[in-house]
Amino acid sequence: MAELQLRSVEKTYGNGFKAVHGINLDVKEGEFMVLVGPSGCAKSTTLRMIAGLETISCGEVRIGDQIVNDLVPGKRGIAMVFQNYALYPHMKVHRNLSFGLRLRGASRQTIQSSTDTVSGILEIEELLDRLPKQLSGGQAQRVALGRALIKQPEVFLFDEPLSNLDAKLRASMRVRITDLHKRLRDEGRPATVVYVTHDQVEAMTMGDRICVMKDGHIMQVADPVTLYERPANAFVAGFIGMPEMNLVDAVLTRQDGVPSLTVEGQTIAIPDGLGKRIVGPDGPVRLGIRPQHLDLVAPDTPGAFTGTVANVEFMGHESNLYLRVGEADFVAVTPAEARFGQPARGDRIGLRPQGQKLHLFTAGDNGGNISLGTQHLQGGNDDNAYHSRTRAHDNSAGDDKLGRGTPHELVGR
Amino acid sequence: MSTLTEIPLTPAALSDAPTALQIKLRKRARFNAFVRYALLTIVGFIMIYPLLWLIGASFKTNGEMFSSAWFWPRNPTVQGYVDGWQTSTPYTFATFFLNSMQIAIPKVIGTAISSTLVAYGFARFDFPGKKILFAILIATLLLPDVVTRIPQYLLFRELGWLDTYLPLFVPQWFAWEAFFVFMLVQFLRAIPREMEEAARVDGANTLQTLIFIVVPMLMPALVSVCLFQFMWTMNDFLGPLIYISTVEKYPISLALKLSIDATEAFNWNQILAMTVLALTPSLVVFFLAQKSFIEGISTGGTKG
Repeated sequence: MAELQLRSVEKTYGNGFKAVHGINLDVKEGEFMVLVGPSGCAKSTTLRMIAGLETISCGEVRIGDQIVNDLVPGKRGIAMVFQNYALYPHMKVHRNLSFGLRLRGASRQTIQSSTDTVSGILEIEELLDRLPKQLSGGQAQRVALGRALIKQPEVFLFDEPLSNLDAKLRASMRVRITDLHKRLRDEGRPATVVYVTHDQVEAMTMGDRICVMKDGHIMQVADPVTLYERPANAFVAGFIGMPEMNLVDAVLTRQDGVPSLTVEGQTIAIPDGLGKRIVGPDGPVRLGIRPQHLDLVAPDTPGAFTGTVANVEFMGHESNLYLRVGEADFVAVTPAEARFGQPARGDRIGLRPQGQKLHLFTAGDNGGNISLGTQHLQGGNDDNAYHSRTRAHDNSAGDDKLGRGTPHELVGR
Repeated sequence: MSTLTEIPLTPAALSDAPTALQIKLRKRARFNAFVRYALLTIVGFIMIYPLLWLIGASFKTNGEMFSSAWFWPRNPTVQGYVDGWQTSTPYTFATFFLNSMQIAIPKVIGTAISSTLVAYGFARFDFPGKKILFAILIATLLLPDVVTRIPQYLLFRELGWLDTYLPLFVPQWFAWEAFFVFMLVQFLRAIPREMEEAARVDGANTLQTLIFIVVPMLMPALVSVCLFQFMWTMNDFLGPLIYISTVEKYPISLALKLSIDATEAFNWNQILAMTVLALTPSLVVFFLAQKSFIEGISTGGTKG
């Protein structure tokens, strides 16, 4: 197993379209890195460049201590699992598994023992004599996984491997893949993984770290908790979390050093702890607050936004409450137990943000987070052990061209 | 939620006797089916009748041949086959069969290999001038065969290939049949690239990917290519007529013509008997490869 480094990697197509804009990414040895982003964010292109299936226009890709830019895929020490399995339809499962080994000229004995081991791990022993068309989706995906595993590669690449499966199977395969990764780590054979998905649930549940991408730029690289609690910019804040984080235009003002926020003519004070963390001048900002961090209160309560209920969605264990405050829309998640006496459409109510959970971003769609504090400049202010453990990783994020890839850069500007 | 058994049955469903409307509908459906099948059977019979007549007439005597249009022989005889096989030349029909195979086999193999290579190139790789080259290739589809006959003849004459089989199959070793290349390109386009990419990640080079992954997936289309080429070669009359002058080297198509030329009073039963034999290889090959052939010509035929 080896670490993987991307240095200023760019992809420009023949028609001049630039898909990837000089990204930098470090994946540590044995790390499970998830590339996530909306359609067209170039996450798959990035993965294909690592695999060697797409040429690299500029920059370098390094696996271990070797630059692999000019190596064919077969020489890069990688294995890849494709979205639609890509099993060879005319070969039985055991031949699918051992195709790579046979090409390398491995002995019959090696092939046999490797096939046995891998099929044992993935519980596909009884499928070895079947053709791919005789397999169900989940079985085919396990075989595809086996084909990658049998090669014992330096880096595993997954290109949306669970997208073709139904929800239930997807959940079980998700657990299977993460279990496998942990098992290999426990056995002292840690597997470096780059996993592409557009599904944030997969990203959050599987990744040691997550790299959020947009339009060929890296938005943030961090562990799931940091990504959720300390998004580097408004895009990451809106992309991670269900329902989406509320992002509304606001005006930041400081009177006698006490900051307050005005949204649609309604002003709320910013609690002390958060107020000290805010960097940047007064003026227009974007306020971010997760739906889970809004409390239902009586209208005109100080520190709350008052508006009219536009809709209520009962979800079973909770309800989504849509509130219209002037031109701004808020969504709040309220517990299901509170559904009796819960407001109905047209009611006037108040929503009070849990003060410390507010995020402030500079104005604009990808505005940087200005509420993370200056301590972040020194490499993190977390007392959370988990954060501290992954802090070193967090610094590897980077998108030099935009200068908005890391909180570090954001605050520095 | 109510189950199916709980749904109350309508009075009509409860009684066993069909209603007048149901009886009428059933009768109409039966009548329609009868008309449909009758019509199809008649048209089908008319279409296949010449073939039936050919086979039937090959067992007739020469005198009976034109006395009736009915295909069934009154006094069946295999004399046509026995005499026809001997031919009016010093060679039996076996020689001509072998000659045909000497053309057909290298031609089919050459076509399959060269068309696959060219189609793979066009379907999977980007290279300068690809669009123009492909357009030229397709344009040759529209070129009448006869236009190139004379320049080709002159060329092969210069090469000293006259009265050999070379002019009949060597061009096919260079993907001469644009139709097949086009057919394979279309088929390849319908095959997802992931399998080839997986093979590359597994360490296969371009040629290995082609041989181990693409060709097996292309098999239905390749079978069609081979089948078409085989049948066309067996039926080709003009090519051998131009290039082959020695009777000993004649393929079947020329040999059949020979039996018409050789005698003044045609022995039609011999000619028809040999025609039936001449058809046999194509028919046998077709039925052997029928499944793949149908799959091959209905392009787009791979499962994702």
